[in-house]
Amino acid sequence: MSGVRVLVGTRKGAFLLTADGKRERWDVSGPHFAGWEIYHMKGSPADPNRLYASQTSGWFGQVIQRSCDGGKTWETPGGGITTKPGEMPAGESNRFVYDTSPDTGRPLTTHQWYDGTQHPWEFKRVWHLEPSLTDPDTVYAGVEDAALFRSTDGGKAWQEVAGLRGHGTGPKWQPGAGGMCLHTILLDPSNPKRLYVAISAAGAFRTDDAGKTWKPINRGLHSQYIPDPTAEIGHCVHRIALHRSRPAVLYMQKHWDVMRSDDGGDSWREVSGNLPTDFGFVIDVHAHEPETIYVVPIKSDSEHFPLDGKLRVYRSRTGGNEWEPLTKGLPQRDCYVNVLRDAMAVDSLDKCGVYFGTTGGQVYMSADAGDSWTPIVRDLPAVLSVEVQTLR
Amino acid sequence: MIRVVLPHHLRRLAHVDAEVTLDVAGRATRASVLDALEARYPMLRGTIRDHVTQQRRPYLRFFACERDLTHEPPDAPLPDAVVSGAEALLVIGAIAGG
Repeated sequence: MSGVRVLVGTRKGAFLLTADGKRERWDVSGPHFAGWEIYHMKGSPADPNRLYASQTSGWFGQVIQRSCDGGKTWETPGGGITTKPGEMPAGESNRFVYDTSPDTGRPLTTHQWYDGTQHPWEFKRVWHLEPSLTDPDTVYAGVEDAALFRSTDGGKAWQEVAGLRGHGTGPKWQPGAGGMCLHTILLDPSNPKRLYVAISAAGAFRTDDAGKTWKPINRGLHSQYIPDPTAEIGHCVHRIALHRSRPAVLYMQKHWDVMRSDDGGDSWREVSGNLPTDFGFVIDVHAHEPETIYVVPIKSDSEHFPLDGKLRVYRSRTGGNEWEPLTKGLPQRDCYVNVLRDAMAVDSLDKCGVYFGTTGGQVYMSADAGDSWTPIVRDLPAVLSVEVQTLR
Repeated sequence: MIRVVLPHHLRRLAHVDAEVTLDVAGRATRASVLDALEARYPMLRGTIRDHVTQQRRPYLRFFACERDLTHEPPDAPLPDAVVSGAEALLVIGAIAGG
């Protein structure tokens, strides 16, 4: 019997929403880690019972949580209570220390600050966790201030993938209004050495050697809010998505503009087409149709809510340019929520399910690829992230 | 035996219901008490002090014996009443609305 598990991170805790393959009756579990911000949760593709969660707080900093039973119980990896006097536990699961060792080639200590001066890298939180496609114990973390970390022991210890900050453009990166965060990590299912990441506000980057070397992949992006609109870096990329059957085709929701690349990010072209506004945060791809993509247009960068108070998902079946509004079941008046960058996901059932969460605490679900929508829950804390596991 | 009272969220993280009691070798200081706390409850590492710099997190303070000890040097001796266990060392989270 198939089913789905929706992992919802909110401002005040984590929630797990589960249903069978019909996706009609939902069980809601939570809040887990009540009172903490849960920036992101994601399950391992290699072991669906292995979940990772980023638990963070302005008071107490970063905590990494791990579940080995599908979210029934959680632990801080390596952080158990010691039982013997003098025993020194690892307790490193929330230790994210930037690499400054000489063997990384070019350790960096500063990036550009809001006033143009150089500013030390300071770890703040984990925005995104991306488990390996093949190994439940290997997981990547995208953090603020922007860097990529990797754990190969189930989250007990983290090492920076330092080649990203060290490739040369790091001193030019600068934070956007939401901080300088690495929020998107895409693993190429056909090439384990290829990864994509995206940083606000630096842009998109790619490695083809498993993280040793990186290069910016921002050619074709045009951003009027930076001095040189076509600069190599400095673009505020909000989200990138790919379909596993065609991993060199990338779709991007930029600050403004929806973009597409057919060559692994080497070049981009705009596919905003007939969207009523091309500002937004989320973008995702249909599980079975690599040319079907979804966005949620937001009015503007200074008004983070849907245009005209109408919450509309837009779907393109042509890989961009031609978009149709999806409104059935979504509020079409007086709706002023936002949908944040990590808050949309799809399942791989037939028909494809599409899910997104709002800052108003609703998690909407479509069991028919977007034709109609229904709220699974209406009154959660503001939703920061939504991921979906298809269970078989 | 030193008594430490943690804020709600850290008690839950450490899986403790009430105050924590710790054995601390030598003259107890704030630093030695936090060392003992983190050794016993390693999930608390990094939550009260930064992992690397050992700096107090900005929104936390340390009270005892009706005094704010936050700005005392970390290696200053704690009050006798804390050392004897008559009073607890309180780790306090800043109050915030919303």
